[in-house]
Amino acid sequence: MQATPANAAGLRVDEKLERMKLFGLSSPALLLVLIILVIPVGWLFFVSFLGGDGQFSLENYQRMVARKSYMRIFRTTFEVSVITTGLCILIGYPLAYFLSQVPPRIANLCMITVLLPFWTSLLVRTYAWLVLLQKQGLINDWAIGLGLWDEPIKMVHNMTGTLIGMVHIMLPFLILPVYGSMKAIDRDYVKAAANLGASPRRAFWDVFFPLTMPGLFAGTLMVFILCLGFFVTPAVLGGGKVIMVSMKIVSNIELFVSWGAASALGVVLLGLTFAILWVASRFLKLDQIAGGGH
Amino acid sequence: MFAWLKKPACETQITHGQRLWLYVLAVIIMVLLVTPTLIVIPMSFSDSQYLEFPPRVWSLRWYEHYVTSPEWMLATWTSLKAAFLTMLVATPVGVLAAYGLHASQVRFVRATFLFLITPMMVPLVLVAIGVFYVYAQIGILYTLFGLVLAHSILALPLVVIVIGSALKSYDMSQENAARSLGAPRWKAFVTITLPQIRFAVVTAALLAFLTSFDEVVVAMFVSGGDNPTLTRNMFNALRDQIDPTIAAISTIMICVTTFMMVLAQIFGQQRAQKD
Repeated sequence: MQATPANAAGLRVDEKLERMKLFGLSSPALLLVLIILVIPVGWLFFVSFLGGDGQFSLENYQRMVARKSYMRIFRTTFEVSVITTGLCILIGYPLAYFLSQVPPRIANLCMITVLLPFWTSLLVRTYAWLVLLQKQGLINDWAIGLGLWDEPIKMVHNMTGTLIGMVHIMLPFLILPVYGSMKAIDRDYVKAAANLGASPRRAFWDVFFPLTMPGLFAGTLMVFILCLGFFVTPAVLGGGKVIMVSMKIVSNIELFVSWGAASALGVVLLGLTFAILWVASRFLKLDQIAGGGH
Repeated sequence: MFAWLKKPACETQITHGQRLWLYVLAVIIMVLLVTPTLIVIPMSFSDSQYLEFPPRVWSLRWYEHYVTSPEWMLATWTSLKAAFLTMLVATPVGVLAAYGLHASQVRFVRATFLFLITPMMVPLVLVAIGVFYVYAQIGILYTLFGLVLAHSILALPLVVIVIGSALKSYDMSQENAARSLGAPRWKAFVTITLPQIRFAVVTAALLAFLTSFDEVVVAMFVSGGDNPTLTRNMFNALRDQIDPTIAAISTIMICVTTFMMVLAQIFGQQRAQKD
């Protein structure tokens, strides 16, 4: 049966209507995100441009540039994020490689060691490190018992503790996407490289490694973004010595009730996050990152 | 006994022996990943004020302290209620959205998807203080209702991602077949599509539950008064001193999450077998 032109136009309208109706199913979700996320964050954006007298002013941002303490906070945040991300790559990549190379049965079993911490509460894991790393903690006890060092070393309430805790918490976010991209590689490529006379090392660096780049990139991005806004672990394990942007935001609200300063910091943090995501999105589809994280 | 070391490990000429360093390194990393969390469990049964490992005297006093403390019990109830309600809100809303986006195929689907997963990208602290202010204005601060709404938007991206990827591998023409036989769309969805993505729905629901149950930063600001969450109280206790009661609570939380993980794995396995 051939549709007449009038019929066809009618069908097109029907289809469009149907599609809009289907799209409408996402409206509760859209509404929820709009009310609970966009409006509050938009309001913070507005407040960040209000001065002490309630008039429009840039004083919150000027203060950030002028005061050395704020610059130091941003530097600390970047330092912690870069070091954590770097350590995660150094530790996570070999483990993902190991998991991708062993037989599936063993890999699945070993995967539990990645998934268990991934699912365990962040607070519980932070607490565990606090217990382990403290002066009378297990690690000091054992190290002294083994004669590694004589005096208890201060490993928590400082940068060391913060980094240890952060790396432990971020590792699964790196391992999972890297492992995913490794599993997707056709093993025949490596075989072909070996056949053509490449040494194992060469086959790895020239063939295997470049193919894992999308996963590594997605994981790195995920970890770095999460680090930038991280609060709980540095707050507990840093002991006030490692102050990141998110902690300054909280103390601005809790101690000084200074909404202008807090929201200006928040806006800068959000801007940085989105800028990084925007740059990354030119190399990688963002939905891929989201899919890789979980 | 060591003959396997000489055998080839993969497609290249490398042997297991040459790869031994990788195996050793991997085992060390895996031990470091798991033990810090697990070591809390035996420590929680110690009788001492200072957490010992292995405990010299075993006791349940920290569990007793937890169970008999009205504050901790109230917080536990709040956390469980919030997590359960978050699951009930985020799962259907997220499933609807993922389905709508998948089936409609309109031009701005990708943009909408990215918008729905923004709660994952925005730093939590920012969400926390923004919501705190707005809730204070409209008077729903420290209510379960407000807490559940805030946790729902945090769980929503996970639900949308999990269901979205399940729908991608699902053949929509089955639903079209049902509809061409006269079933209305909702009926085709409920009787044909939903049963086939049910494992993804269960996984999404578990993730939503855990998101709320484990969340600290938003709960720190938005929960409190009559409705403090467990994580909020734990965080405040951690700031002060190392209270061994936290070890007992941590152990219970580890058990809850492990249980959830096993559930999810079982469902995942069933899905894998079905495929």
